[in-house]
Amino acid sequence: MRAFTQHQGIVAPMDRSNVDTDMIIPKQFLKSIKRTGFGPNLFDELRYLDEGQPDQDCSKRPINPDFVLNQERYKNASVLLARRNFGCGSSREHAPWALDDFGFRVVIAPSFADIFYNNCFKNGLLPIVLDEVIVGRLFKESEANVGYQLTVDLTAQTVITPSGESFSFEVDDFRRHCLLNGLDDIGVTLEDAGAISAYEDARRKTAPWLFNAGN
Amino acid sequence: MAGKTLYDKLWDDHLVKQRDDGSALIYIDRQLLHEVTSPQAFEGLRLANRKPWRIDANVATPDHNVPTTDRARGIDGIVDPVSRTQVETLDNNCDEFGILEFKIKDQRQGIVHVIGPEQGVTLPGMSVVCGDSHTSTHGAFGCLAHGIGTSEVEHVLATQCLVQKKMKNMLVKVNGKLGKGVTGKDVVLAIIGKIGTAGGTGYAIEFGGDAIQSLSMEGRMTICNMAIEGGARVGMVGVDDTTIEYVKGRPFSPKGETWDKAVEYWRTLHSDSDAVFDKVVELDGSAIKPQVSWGTSPEMVTGVDGSVPDPVKENDPIKREGIERALKYMGLQPNQKITDIKLDRVFIGSCTNSRIEDLREAAAVVKGRKVASSLKQAMVVPGSGLVKAQAEQEGLDKIFIEAGLEWRDPGCSMCLAMNADKLGQGEHCASTSNRNFEGRQGFGGRTHLVSPAMAAAAAIKGHFIDVRELMN
Repeated sequence: MRAFTQHQGIVAPMDRSNVDTDMIIPKQFLKSIKRTGFGPNLFDELRYLDEGQPDQDCSKRPINPDFVLNQERYKNASVLLARRNFGCGSSREHAPWALDDFGFRVVIAPSFADIFYNNCFKNGLLPIVLDEVIVGRLFKESEANVGYQLTVDLTAQTVITPSGESFSFEVDDFRRHCLLNGLDDIGVTLEDAGAISAYEDARRKTAPWLFNAGN
Repeated sequence: MAGKTLYDKLWDDHLVKQRDDGSALIYIDRQLLHEVTSPQAFEGLRLANRKPWRIDANVATPDHNVPTTDRARGIDGIVDPVSRTQVETLDNNCDEFGILEFKIKDQRQGIVHVIGPEQGVTLPGMSVVCGDSHTSTHGAFGCLAHGIGTSEVEHVLATQCLVQKKMKNMLVKVNGKLGKGVTGKDVVLAIIGKIGTAGGTGYAIEFGGDAIQSLSMEGRMTICNMAIEGGARVGMVGVDDTTIEYVKGRPFSPKGETWDKAVEYWRTLHSDSDAVFDKVVELDGSAIKPQVSWGTSPEMVTGVDGSVPDPVKENDPIKREGIERALKYMGLQPNQKITDIKLDRVFIGSCTNSRIEDLREAAAVVKGRKVASSLKQAMVVPGSGLVKAQAEQEGLDKIFIEAGLEWRDPGCSMCLAMNADKLGQGEHCASTSNRNFEGRQGFGGRTHLVSPAMAAAAAIKGHFIDVRELMN
């Protein structure tokens, strides 16, 4: 996995709450058996005026000029600013894959849905929870200033505004450790293979019915 | 010391290792696989040259992409080549690794959350995962069931464990007796309407109280299925006689002495009377009416006798904007009566409501009646090949067909419209599925979440109606 230590980038403010994973990447694009290539279809139904199809040349499609990512000033954004409960709905990891493929490295919101939040960390994408009042301020600042950028430092766990104001955020130690070092967490878990086998052997004796199905 | 909650017990029983940093390794007894969220996980295993840790912990079936007609042709019946590739990829991966799969032509094929319990591959007390957020369904059996992403599917394949941090405990207690015509679906929609779509974020929810305990396993599965729509990754109901009765005699359920031993353990799978929850929410079950969602989030729901809200009356600016946006998308007016919403299509199916009891409830409403001529389509999609066979044995298929509903083959179908079954732009659908998000059932489609009985009643009238008016 790609490591994440520090990132500075343009902020795109997406002013709506409860952005669900169907909205982030609609179902017709879930038919792919790859992890990449979802970027052109990120927020497909909001970004384009027509119905998108897999393997389509999106450069020829009619654009919704009102959608934030279609505005010239946000085209190179890498920090997504969002409202509460971002990423609710399905467990599809295609949602963080699409955000990543578009070029986002950070999503900032007052709250996230659990599965989406977890999926981000597996893909080098950092979801940051900040207080709703602070998020509200960042919305105002980013909308008022073209080229507005934020600096995110995972080591220090801070978000820094252009004026030098710093906001700290929380992140689990394990997730932070994996992200900072770009660790493959399967490899980390397999370091405990002995403990897993020991647990399994004990369970086979006490709960044999758990091991008699499936094949 | 306070007693343990059901979640505490399940957590403790599956804890392989508690790490110093607060994370833990949780052992996974059962992984269910389907075609949409598994291909990249298998590919990841291959790229890292890893093997599955325990083959027999996995069971697979294709469900999201499968057509609901012309199934005799098997994979060749999938018209969309991209969908077909995904189903073929699942078959190839299962064949390569030796994983048990109920393939498209197998009568045991069906929606993954229907077939797990149906086959007894979901057993009480198990930890169950699947790359699908509605895995919470299996919590109805006193399981610790999580929806996971594809990276975690790969992680479980490779290690049989999930890295987790313990969640908080929430009890949702539904007291009293449910009224006639009020089902598990109405209960869970009412719960989500109360706690909100993020109300359960960070919690494992246990559903309890007289109203929950009086429900069948089908009703409990419907409720746990939609825990995720209330923000909770995990939903559960404690084990009781109803649970054990359902599990008994299933193909993969234990037998003989092992069965007795298992039952003895399963009987302990409920919260202790002195268990402490971080949060308790109570509802009066007798006050719950048949529910209808009017908006684009499952929390946007009201009783069938209610009206579409007026955003002017909402004080929270973010919520007000959400209501305005939803009404625009849904093509509804503030204060419009729910019973005045006209429908274009009706969908009875999905992992929420496609089990035999759901079909019986819908059939009871349409029996001897005809679907409104104003509807473009009304379809019934059973949850599995075995549910379909059971329904046909009971003659439910004939009741549906005579009333003018289409009787289809099993799969996820129009719940998320990955196959050919979808809504047209601007069409209103009474749907027994779980999500009313924008575009969920088709580009520009407008979903109203309801129970099977309410969907059936809407099919007869062409608009929403209190199903109790059609019941004797």
